[in-house]
Amino acid sequence: MSGLPSLNANLEQEFGLINPVMPYLRQDRIPHIWCPGCGIGTTVNCFARALTDSGMDLDKVAIVSGIGCTGRVAGYMNLDSFHTTHGRAIPFATGLKLANPGMKVVVYSGDGDLTAIGGNHFVHAARRNMDLMIVCVNNFTYGMTGGQVAPTTPIGPTQTTMPYGNFENPFNLPFLADACGAVYVARWTVYHVKQLAKAMLDGLNKKGFVFIEAMSPCPTLYSRRNRLGDGVDQLKYYKEKSVIRNGADTKEVGIAYQGEIVVGKFVDRERPTWLDSMNSHFGSVFGDRFTPYGVTDGQE
Amino acid sequence: MSSNAPVKQGKGTIFVRTEICKGCSFCIDFCPTHCIEFSREFNAKGYHFPVLPRPEDCTGCDLCGLYCPDFAIYGIKFKDIEKRRQAAAPEPLVPAQP
Ligand SMILES: Cc1ncc(C[n+]2csc(CCOP(=O)(O)OP(=O)(O)O)c2C)c(N)n1
Ligand code: SF4
Ligand code: SF4
Ligand code: SF4
Ligand SMILES: [Mg+2]
Repeated sequence: MSGLPSLNANLEQEFGLINPVMPYLRQDRIPHIWCPGCGIGTTVNCFARALTDSGMDLDKVAIVSGIGCTGRVAGYMNLDSFHTTHGRAIPFATGLKLANPGMKVVVYSGDGDLTAIGGNHFVHAARRNMDLMIVCVNNFTYGMTGGQVAPTTPIGPTQTTMPYGNFENPFNLPFLADACGAVYVARWTVYHVKQLAKAMLDGLNKKGFVFIEAMSPCPTLYSRRNRLGDGVDQLKYYKEKSVIRNGADTKEVGIAYQGEIVVGKFVDRERPTWLDSMNSHFGSVFGDRFTPYGVTDGQE
Repeated sequence: MSSNAPVKQGKGTIFVRTEICKGCSFCIDFCPTHCIEFSREFNAKGYHFPVLPRPEDCTGCDLCGLYCPDFAIYGIKFKDIEKRRQAAAPEPLVPAQP
């Protein structure tokens, strides 16, 4: 591993051992810019593990991010990737998917990017059951721009734009995704690395709009401002206060400030995707005159 | 037998890129066997990094690797190293137990 001191370095070189996440990264960009104790990198490990376990041809996987600290993921992954403008990851990914129906398109972005400025795209892609896997790293704040209040910020903590504490009702993201029609909805935290990796694997194998919320610490802005300690202290909070409730009613999984966190797989159902619906509709209207689009895997 | 072969202690070991570690302690707090600790030394950026004071307890499970947000550590089982070694040379890395 490129000249850097390493315990047992000889052994590592001798046997060509490598951190299993490394082949999935653009290694020339490491070290990354995320703060010490930021959880985004941990979600990337889980995603890399899910890709390994899926056995997918990586040439058929693309990752799209918006803007934000989480948005940097697209730039670090050694996959076809695109870093869109703020909030526009889903519309870009929709175009990418529809032009390349054989491709698995993953949207990887922050809570602010996906549900504030990008909220409209989010609800409509879910409503249409666009075949996209959405990974939303929820750190309850706008990390990149200095800790402004986000639509996910619970009531109570201070943010730069809520100096006396937030009083706005936050989104319960799994409920939002469920209500809009997502076919797979799960929430895990960065403490639940194995379950998060498994949910991402499920998501890679699922057809339709998949929503995975990954709760993750932003020690620099959210935790420090609210005297919640470091990233590891947030992971300890996740460990202590989370309860696994698969199949829970998403109405019931809202999060209060430092309160109980219901985690699990909440929704797993089948619905025709947007492309399926278009093909069957035009098939019934035009009969033989219509050639279904993007039906077989890999057809582009 | 290779001069670099580790003494068999525990079922696995870790590799750390000390220079990119940011000292967050995820690996240390969530290692299931509590076999790693912070070093006394600092890396060039001023962070303590993990070391393995209790190698006999490391299982090579790579949970530390799954947690590490900086991609600075991973664990590997000796049996997996052994598989790779066998692909290269015939003698065993770890002497067979009687
Ligand atoms: C059109 C536009 N408006 C505002 C911004 C500023 N901006 C950049 S990132 C961001 C919010 C990021 O929050 P989130 O998506 O939660 O990502 P995080 O940094 O927390 O991972 C904002 C408002 C921008 N880049 N472009
Ligand atoms: S500001 Fe917050 S979200 Fe952004 S890298 Fe730092 S800890 Fe992570
Ligand atoms: S490989 Fe497993 S047992 Fe060894 S240090 Fe890492 S987490 Fe602990
Ligand atoms: S998890 Fe990674 S960055 Fe954090 S202390 Fe361990 S090796 Fe260092
Ligand atoms: Mg955020």
